[in-house]
Amino acid sequence: MAIDQTWDERAVRAIVDGLKDEPGALMPILRRIQDDLGWVPPASVALIAKALNLSRAEVHGVVSFYHDFRHAPPGRNVVRVCRAESCQALGANALVDHISRHLRVELGATSADGAVTLEAVYCLGNCARSPAVVINGRIIGCVTPARFDEAVTEGWVDR
Amino acid sequence: MSAATIYVPGDSGALSMGAEAVAAAIAREARRRGLDLRIVRNGSRGLYWLEPLVEVATARGRVAYGPVAAADVPSLFAAEFLTGGDHPLALGPTEEIDYLKRQQRLTFARVGIVDPRSLDDYLAHGGYRGLGRAIELGGGQIVEAITASNLRGRGGAAFPAGIKWKTTLDQPATPKYVVCNADEGDSGTFSDRMIMEGDPFVLIEGMTIAALAVGAASGYIYLRSEYPDALGALNHAIGAARARRYLGASVCGSGRPFDITVRVGAGAYICGEETAMLESLEGRRGMIRFKPPLPAIAGLFGHPTVVNNVITLASVPVILDRGAKFYNEYGLGRSRGTLPLQLAGNVKRPGLVEIAFGLTLRELIEDYGGGTASGRPLRAVQVGGPLGAYFPGAMLDLAIDYEALAGAGGLLGHGGVVVFDDTVDLARMARYAMEFCALESCGKCTPCRIGSTRGVEVIDRIIAGRDRGANAALLRDLCDTMAAGSLCALGGLTPLPVLSALKHFPRDFGLESEPADAAARS
Repeated sequence: MAIDQTWDERAVRAIVDGLKDEPGALMPILRRIQDDLGWVPPASVALIAKALNLSRAEVHGVVSFYHDFRHAPPGRNVVRVCRAESCQALGANALVDHISRHLRVELGATSADGAVTLEAVYCLGNCARSPAVVINGRIIGCVTPARFDEAVTEGWVDR
Repeated sequence: MSAATIYVPGDSGALSMGAEAVAAAIAREARRRGLDLRIVRNGSRGLYWLEPLVEVATARGRVAYGPVAAADVPSLFAAEFLTGGDHPLALGPTEEIDYLKRQQRLTFARVGIVDPRSLDDYLAHGGYRGLGRAIELGGGQIVEAITASNLRGRGGAAFPAGIKWKTTLDQPATPKYVVCNADEGDSGTFSDRMIMEGDPFVLIEGMTIAALAVGAASGYIYLRSEYPDALGALNHAIGAARARRYLGASVCGSGRPFDITVRVGAGAYICGEETAMLESLEGRRGMIRFKPPLPAIAGLFGHPTVVNNVITLASVPVILDRGAKFYNEYGLGRSRGTLPLQLAGNVKRPGLVEIAFGLTLRELIEDYGGGTASGRPLRAVQVGGPLGAYFPGAMLDLAIDYEALAGAGGLLGHGGVVVFDDTVDLARMARYAMEFCALESCGKCTPCRIGSTRGVEVIDRIIAGRDRGANAALLRDLCDTMAAGSLCALGGLTPLPVLSALKHFPRDFGLESEPADAAARS
């Protein structure tokens, strides 16, 4: 299924107008677009560049530099798994494999039915309760494959 | 009878273990029993294996129960926990728990104790006394106090804070800025997060003192996006401080203006490097800058800027309040004061241990940590985050201070200690260090940008058993180039975990012993 690339131009324009006079405005603008829309539509780059008197290349360069800024809309659910050392010390790599199999989605991708996006994250600051996973913005610690499946059954992931 | 007070942490680590459900269950059960309760969402005490750690205020002080699940709540009420009744989860008076009792909490004095949303609670626990003293002293004398305390940057670089502040104070250019580096990206570290979630006012007070010291009128907190709960806590606290004139046009009626803006990053580890962070704050890619000029002279928007880590700034109020001498009496050698250590990974009792410099790794991991969580033998410890060295179990008697760890070929960094049991494969961890560097490199320096990718390939060849000796020598060459030819710590220090893994754990690479170095080969 092709991913729907339509985006809300009015919403982006309102964000840009509201923040363009901040010092170093580009980051707050991109952050807000990402937070509100879930991605930074590539087609919005020209609009942002014009408002900030930057080149499109400059804006694109910033968008593509930061891992948080998605270039396509995410799935209906977003699962982020920590892959950093502390979580690796308690089985994060096996957990990533399990989640990928269980949700039928590759790490760094969105499932074909658009249900789930699975992302790696490098440290959630929950290292004292490793391994850590964030499901739709909610953090869970000490995640085993069984605990993850339980969370899915409990409805943390809306299929 | 007045309402009983119950503490259920709102710290994200506690939330990750179900604290929200526990708080809801307590409120529900109290309603069912017709009891009037006040539930405070405090920070975490840092005893994470006991989270959610529920505390009850009783006549004999606060008593603890943990780890509490929502299902335990009816039985806690039945056991009369509101008056400290006995229960299988009862831990006794919180302050008497050995792990906590043996610590020396200066920076973390209020974390887990106060309500992080209450400025009154902060004031009742000694908050803003440091600022009061700072207003009496004025710029030069504040800087002298920080210099005399020997406080060094807790973000990882350990640069003396007083010297940095003096440099900015001496600049004639205006405006000046105070920037707090809250981009705590090192795996195994969470002390910044705990402060921001559990005692946000102490960071605001520290930044305000820094601003008075150097003559800055505005400050920024650059917060990583992975910490949404810290963002909420900071913004709430900044609002409360403004409403009571602790921030604004005239800080506490001193006539000096200062205000703080929180900026959220976007998932780039490199933005924890101070110059990359400044670039990001200015709205650009997080590419590091050449130094000089130092940020203290030409930093944010080209103006003199004090850049300090969260823990550094949060340690400032206690230094002003209790005096430089008081703080300087803790620690040993050139590492003075206390350090909030963060114990993580495969360890039975992970958490936050704030103590004077000089504890050994063994004391931290065995006495506090209780050994591995898996019960298997400890094999390796990584100290100082992803750019820190891997040490074998035989080296645990190393003292935790900046110089001792540097002398052993490692670094203390931001104070994170990650424990691994004997199932760890250090060749895989070395590969991961290179992979992480490749993923996070800003791309400015060729040795970091290209070297990290080549490093992954070379380690892959070693793991696959292809010409191991020669490839190990090549890996050492490559690490030399990265260490000597990179501008910042990412490319410059990625060789530390890689080479320490190779040195201490050669068998994981299929090598009998440490390979001959490049010089001996040629």
